[in-house]
This record gives sequence, C-alpha cells and structure tokens, in this order.
Amino acid sequence: MNLNYLTISEAMDGLRAKQFSSQELTTACLEQIKKYNKKINVFITVTEYLALEQAQIVDRKINNGDKLNPLAGIPCSLKDVFCLKGAKATAGSKILQNYIAPYDATTVKLIKLNDAVILGKVNTDEFTMGSSTETSASGATRNPWDLSCVPGGSSGGSAAAVASAMGFYSLGTDTGGSIRQPACFCGIAGLKPTYGRVSRYGVMSMASSLDTIGPLARSVKDIALILEAIAGVDINDATTSREPVINYAAKLGKGIKGLKIGIPQEYFGQGLDPEVAAITDSAIKQFKKLGARIVKISLTYTKYALACYYIIVPSEISANLARYDGIRYGLSKSEGDLLATYLQTRAQGLGDEVKRRIIIGTYALSAGYYDAYYLKAQKVRTLIKQDFEKAFKQVGVILTPTTPRPAFKIGEKNNDPLTMYLEDIFTVPINLAGIPGLSIPAGFTKSGLPVGVQLLAKQFNEEDLLRTGYAFEQATDYHKMYPIID
Amino acid sequence: MGNNKNQISIEEVGRVAQLARIELTSAEKEKFSRDLSAILDYVDQLDEIDVSTVAPTSQVTGLKNVLRQDVVVGFDQAQLLVRLASTSQENYIKVKSVF
Repeated sequence: MNLNYLTISEAMDGLRAKQFSSQELTTACLEQIKKYNKKINVFITVTEYLALEQAQIVDRKINNGDKLNPLAGIPCSLKDVFCLKGAKATAGSKILQNYIAPYDATTVKLIKLNDAVILGKVNTDEFTMGSSTETSASGATRNPWDLSCVPGGSSGGSAAAVASAMGFYSLGTDTGGSIRQPACFCGIAGLKPTYGRVSRYGVMSMASSLDTIGPLARSVKDIALILEAIAGVDINDATTSREPVINYAAKLGKGIKGLKIGIPQEYFGQGLDPEVAAITDSAIKQFKKLGARIVKISLTYTKYALACYYIIVPSEISANLARYDGIRYGLSKSEGDLLATYLQTRAQGLGDEVKRRIIIGTYALSAGYYDAYYLKAQKVRTLIKQDFEKAFKQVGVILTPTTPRPAFKIGEKNNDPLTMYLEDIFTVPINLAGIPGLSIPAGFTKSGLPVGVQLLAKQFNEEDLLRTGYAFEQATDYHKMYPIID
Repeated sequence: MGNNKNQISIEEVGRVAQLARIELTSAEKEKFSRDLSAILDYVDQLDEIDVSTVAPTSQVTGLKNVLRQDVVVGFDQAQLLVRLASTSQENYIKVKSVF
C-alpha cells in the first residue's frame, strides 16, 4: 500500500524504525494532491515548501537519534479558517480571498511544536456556514467515494483530504456538526471535543457559544493522539478549560465490558433512511457483543434543537461577521463615503448563505425581538442541556446515527435553506449541550456510500468516548476501507 | 410567498440589511423575505415550550469571569497588520471620514 494511506500511528512506527522518511511520507501526500486535487477540489492553498522543510527537520532529528514528538513528521492539512502564519486564510469567502494570516492559531502553534508537517489549507463552506462545502467561493468539494456527491460540510475539505489520502489528518471546526457529518459522509473518524477543550484563538469565529475545533483522521487512535496535542487551556481563549488533558491514546485499550450505552428513541423516528437505520442497528449489536449494556433512553427536547440552533447561530454570526467591513483587512470596495464602503464591501464580498444568516441574526437581535428569539432560544438550550445531563446519570455513552441519510448529490439541497439545515438534525443538539461527539465509520450503503454512527459522552469525558469508538474499530474493518477515485 | 405565518416584508428585509451594512439587490431582498419568513415559521415551534421558569444558557461549561493579570505584552508585528488594510499611510490605517 502507498505510504499516504497509513494511519498516523502506523506512520509514526515506520518513521521511528527508519522504514521510510518524513520526506517520503510528505512527497507521497503531495503527489496525491497533484494527482487528484483538480478532480475533488480539496486544497485551496498547498504549502509545499513549508511541508518539505518541516519534513526535512524531522528526518534530521531521526538521523540524529533525537526523541521524537508525537505527530512528528506526519503530514496534515488545516481547514481554511485556521490562521497559518504567512499563508492565505480565505475561509472560503471572497471577502478574504487575498488575506494572508499574520500569526499562527494556537492549535497550529501546538502541532508545529510537535513537528507536524503542514501540507496546506483545505476547502470549507464560506465561514463554515453550510453542510455540504458547496457555499465556498472556491467551488464545491467532491466526495471521494462518489464524485457526484457532496463530502458533507462545513469541514468537507478536511474530510475529503483524509479520505483521499492527501494527508493523514486534518484540523476542522464544528459548530453544529461540521466535523462529524463530513467525517460520516467520507468514511473516516471525526471528533467534536467538549466546548472549551481546544483553543479557538486564531480560527475564524462563526457562533462563539458553540464553536469547537477538532481532528478528522483515519482511526480513533489517531484522533486520540491529535486531541492530546491540541487540547488544553489557552490565555488567548478565555473559554478554554483547566480540566486536565490526559494521555488519551494510553487509555484506549481498556475495553467496554459493562459500559451502559444509551439509545435515544428520538433519533430513530421518521425521516431516518432505512439503510442508515439498519447499519446503526448492527453497530448496536456489535457493541452488545463487546460487552456493553444497551439501554433505551429519551431526550425529550430533541425536536426543538434545530429551531433553537437556528436562532442562536445567526444571532452570533451577525455580531461576529461585523468585523469584515473592508477597513482593516480583506476585500475593500470604496467608492463613496464610509457607509458606502461597508455596504458595497459586504455586498460583493459575502456569499448568499452568509448574507442570509447575518440578516436573520440581525433581525432576531433587533429592538423588540431579543426576548422572543435569542433569549428564548437560550432558555430552550438549557432544557436540551439538562436532557443530556439526566441521560448521563443513567448511561456512560449515548449512540445515535450521525446523520439521517448518507451523502447527497451536489446541487440537490441548494435551493431551500431549511432542507439543508435539516441535515444537521442529529448533530446540533450536541453543540447546544457542549458535550463531546465522535463519528466513526459503521458500514456502507448498497451503492457504496459510507455511513457513520455518533457516540456522545459527558462534558470533558473524551476518554470514555474514544475508548468506546476504539473498541468498535478493533472489532470491525469499516475504517480500513478507502475509496477508489476515478 | 403568502403562505407563511410570519410575513417579513421586502421593506423590512431592506431595513435589517441596512442595519447589517449589506447592500442587497431587489432580487436578494425578495428571496430573503421568503427565506426569512419560512425560517421564522420553523423556529416558531419554540413557542410550544413553557420557559417561564427556565434560566438561559450562555456559557455551556459553567465558566465565570475568567480573569488574567493586566500586563502589557509586546507585539512587534504592527506593520504586518497595517499592511493588511486596503489603504494605509505611514504606520496608520487610512479610513474614510466618519462625519
């Protein structure tokens, strides 16, 4: 098998045993990018020079017999909302088409400290607003399993990069499912950590009370290694937690005998694709075989989560996106006075979905509507959070399908924003509750599209989540499958 | 249009867009008026819940007043930041007059 299809832990072992060099790993990934990027439209910027330079440094360390950091010499990519100093950060938007990041995001700094090899920046829905990576100013990314389908979104570039072996892992963001849903659609693992587990400094904000950063990779063990490297408190992000970061990878093998897994009935109702339902059922059976106890539970307020989400998100967007005004950075259209500069810059620089959300949010926060919309949604959010708190008194982990259906066709849901929003119905409640969620590959449809299941745990209990996912992965082969790109 | 319980008029969309500092074409105003009405209809389902005794959640992990020492940290990249602006003069960002 080609080097670029290994998992992180396999590549780490190979580097240490001097079976291959980091430059060889990096070249294999860069060649894959050259071969398939046109077809799949994954990378917006390839930082080839930086990547080869970083790889060379690691190879020198290996030859000197130096101790290697975890992730050292392993090629990866960043969603284009992360700041990588000296490289373009477009956020998939026209308004930042020529924006060069002046500093590194905290997470980028952390993986650099671990001697990561950064291949470049990958596609995203504009400012992460979407579920298909179709709203990007750089065009739609395609699903490596079926080029006529979307890879999911908004971290669709990240998921497609990992699935098509253009790098071993990618850092993405998840506000309502943007890591888990594309991971599910592309047959890989993706973790949305607990809110505040990973610093967001240097990553473009969408909805600050919900935004999280996490890894997409080819195995749960890989996810554990990356999480340990990027998690922790950061003085530059006041929402980060002082909860201790543990060696997640070391705790994976403990098994799940006696673990209670909750199955919330609200996630198995109408609208669930029969193939997805069958695959989820067989995953539940697998967990039972591994010694877990399956418990039926109820999350009463599930049906209100999406409505709650689509008040909170646009409201926070309308405030966060006010910074793109054509003054300090980015596109600037400046015929006329100051007001005209604002109006024209934003009219020309922002895309349809971004405008739509800013307008909904501005409306919801405008005089006289605050109590009826934003405040009300925040109260409903409390009820959704309490639902999960009650459930986790009963069970250790909760299992649901990650999405109601497998990947849909490019263009299929473009015309009606509400239909697109419904794609996130199983993932948004998790962000509202601030808990961690992990999507892992669980099977394939008859037409060959990947399907995933979502595992959930209490806030800051990534340990049990990863251990559960790992146990499933050890017993199954779905995560070892990769697409033949034609 | 017409079937929505919430009717957000084209004029209202224009007013909100002005507040948000986005110039919209008339086609955009018409489309967003339809979309906004449909989305507000959808979120109206929250009215089914009695939240009169529920406290709002704004910070989900329960952090409160995260403080740090008020110390000056040097930053030597100011020129880099100024250069990101579309117009600058010496070490200042140049903007249109505010009044």
